[in-house]
Amino acid sequence: MFGITAYGAYIPRSRLSRAAIADANDWFDASLRGLAKGERSVCNWDEDTITMAVEAGQDCLSLLDAGSVGALYLASTTLPFLDRQNSVVVSQALNLGDRLRTMDVSASQRAATSALITMLEAGGPDKGSAMLVASEHRRSKCGSRAEMLWGDGAAALGVGNEGVIAEYLGCETYVTDFVDHYRGEDSTLDYEWEERWIRDEGYLKSVPLAATRLLEKAGLKAGDIAHFVLASDQAKTPSAVAKALGVATEAVVDNRIASMGVSGAAHPILMLTAALEAAKPGDLIMLAGFGQGTDVVLFRATDQINKRRPKTGFAGALERRRTDENYNRFLSFNNLVERETGKRGELDKQSYLAAMYRKRDLLTGFIGGKCRECGTIQIPKENYCVNPDCGALHSQDDYPMSALPGRVKTWTADRLTFDWNPPAYFGLVEFDGGGRMMMDFTEVEAGSIETGVAVSLHFRIRQFDNQRGFRKYFWKATPSGQ
Amino acid sequence: MASGIKDKVVILGMGCSKFGERWDASPADLMVEAFEECLADAGIEKKDIEMGWFGAGIDAYNVGSSALPLSLALRLSNIPVTKVENMCATGTEAFRGAVYAVASGACDIALALGVEKLKDVGYGGLPQRTRGVENDMFWPNLSAPGSFAQLASGYRAKHGIDKTELKRAMAHVSVKSHANGAKNPKAHLRREITEEQAINAPYIAEPIGLYDCCGVSDGSACAIVTTPEIARRLGKTDLVSVKALQLAVSNGDEASFSDWDGSYLKTTRIAAQRAYNEAGIKKPREEISMTEVHDCFSITELVTMEDLQLSDEGKAVRDVLNGDFDAGGRIPCQIDGGLKCFGHPIGASGLRMIYENYLQFQGRAGDRQLSNARLALNHNLGGFPHQNICSISIIGRYE
Repeated sequence: MFGITAYGAYIPRSRLSRAAIADANDWFDASLRGLAKGERSVCNWDEDTITMAVEAGQDCLSLLDAGSVGALYLASTTLPFLDRQNSVVVSQALNLGDRLRTMDVSASQRAATSALITMLEAGGPDKGSAMLVASEHRRSKCGSRAEMLWGDGAAALGVGNEGVIAEYLGCETYVTDFVDHYRGEDSTLDYEWEERWIRDEGYLKSVPLAATRLLEKAGLKAGDIAHFVLASDQAKTPSAVAKALGVATEAVVDNRIASMGVSGAAHPILMLTAALEAAKPGDLIMLAGFGQGTDVVLFRATDQINKRRPKTGFAGALERRRTDENYNRFLSFNNLVERETGKRGELDKQSYLAAMYRKRDLLTGFIGGKCRECGTIQIPKENYCVNPDCGALHSQDDYPMSALPGRVKTWTADRLTFDWNPPAYFGLVEFDGGGRMMMDFTEVEAGSIETGVAVSLHFRIRQFDNQRGFRKYFWKATPSGQ
Repeated sequence: MASGIKDKVVILGMGCSKFGERWDASPADLMVEAFEECLADAGIEKKDIEMGWFGAGIDAYNVGSSALPLSLALRLSNIPVTKVENMCATGTEAFRGAVYAVASGACDIALALGVEKLKDVGYGGLPQRTRGVENDMFWPNLSAPGSFAQLASGYRAKHGIDKTELKRAMAHVSVKSHANGAKNPKAHLRREITEEQAINAPYIAEPIGLYDCCGVSDGSACAIVTTPEIARRLGKTDLVSVKALQLAVSNGDEASFSDWDGSYLKTTRIAAQRAYNEAGIKKPREEISMTEVHDCFSITELVTMEDLQLSDEGKAVRDVLNGDFDAGGRIPCQIDGGLKCFGHPIGASGLRMIYENYLQFQGRAGDRQLSNARLALNHNLGGFPHQNICSISIIGRYE
């Protein structure tokens, strides 16, 4: 049997109230008030497509052996680097080793479904599993419909032969250059055409066409579909498409516009993780991806579906939230306003690529050392063992520490240092089993940090080098449960 | 076994500029101000100085980091000058270089001068600096107050002390230093404050508020040292000598290995014990008359009282609130206002502390003169609680 073997999800904790967006913008466009229901997920300043991909990937690896992953595909239209393979950064943060195929897939809202089809049609890689991570952090214009309806998020899938939870039944793609929106090479923002045209000439024609072809090929009926995934920021369109196709209304997977917004190219996969969590053994699942045509894929849930659950999953990621009413902070995090940083923010953040490469195990993998002589765990890994009673030279084996739980020893909330989201929290973290490090914290809610509090580690943006268009990543600690 | 530095070297003269926001003074101006006072006090001529040590902790003040700024500013006669830099211990390092040169017999008269021009950056607090190519990629985004504020969290957790009580003791530390600084004409901050002001000031880095932070100042301090014999030959009486000079530098233990809980400074404990041994001090609480400690932040001074064995462990809050380290207390601390109010021009601070010892021993400390001060301990801490350089000097009457 071949198909989906694992999944994971990540949604940024911060959820911006849509009322806050409307409050700031309805003086200009009163129609925004009609969309001002619920909330949307918002990346923290130190989150982007890569960091969210790592989070979703980690969740997926709670069901999958990292050593079995022979290919990693990263799908997104908001990759931080146009020329530096983003999937390699993700693979190294996930400690997937140096013997795997990696690829970035982009340039369409069906980037992730197309990548998934490629993986499924290619069959299993040498090492057994392939992993897809779809992640999206789209920027939108102030006071736009997109700003209201979109959200940020990421999802991951494992594909292979072992522990299949949804068997792959087939796929179909209909291709047409239907330009509902676009983003040219010189722009960071989308340009969209009329919503009604997109619905009538786009979704309602293209999706049924591809879906019907696939059902015919598979010898299945639309009425058999128990979960129909069609990502769209048009609230009523998926149901309209389902109706046209003959799929039961209750099979339509809710796009969670009210609770998180639509996360672009990641959304079909994220909604698929929601469907996998809801599916029962034997359920037929159709995944559709729309963008210059339509991808459709069919799966059938196996008897493993309820047994293999990731650590966080979609429901867990959606539930882990923090309400945000601050629209100005959202604009600032998304570089939509020119903001005063203070003189401390002016420090040159040159990226020293040779040194960064030399330190890649620490910076990207959070790999420390374990001394063969005395067993001491230490990070960073240095030449001599840090244990004064040992001091052995070159005695440390690599010791990955990113998944280790830790506890806060000392901490503060710093309002003097420059930070995009002050105060800057940091402190000394002691890891279970040994090792300690003075490090940055992220996602700290006021009052939640104290000596002894448990923390987990997260791959985040450490610094932007805006002068040279670079960004640096490192691991930060977050109080557990936040 | 080495015999140590005790009583091998005496201070021939000292000088110290006015500390503060010296907008119109260049680093060279500050150096000359301290040096001219020092030279006059020593009663020698510039050409009698055989070697120099120059301490500056932040800026290079010239093309690259070198001894040139001192030699150029003072127009020294092509003597050997060495630049030293060891974070906040820089001033003491310059002094150590000069003292060791005299003690070794390499020269008879040596100069140590420290300077810092911090107020040219355009904002409050220390300049935002790189921590080096590699560290910049993974070190936390910490400011100096942010790094030291963590002592409070560690100290509270270890000793079970209530936040409010600790903050009150921290406030007492600052109120005391402001009262002392008000009496010092060379001090940067000369206004007394109340405990309420200190407690209610906005946070800089929790729980450190504005009044828990030392002054960020421009300034320079300087010493000329020689042997006791030469000093006497030059007609000096009332000699002040070096009793101990010690340094302890972190090796990664606190940050990466031990069970250090962030409530104290490991290096201070080590350097203090070495300094007591070198000076032959058995009972510091009875023998030390005054201290100038590295009160970069009030919490640092508080825990340092324990690290120097002047308070029992976990009892510094009680002792501070009891006034033990106030001007009229058991062992006055920062009688000149300390880093807190005299100010903290990094490279000058260690020498500024010795300057105050020297004035006190010679009965020249004006309104803040202590009675019968015989032995002073000075303490600097460069870096961060989890990774630092601690310097301790013990200075006393040459008897």
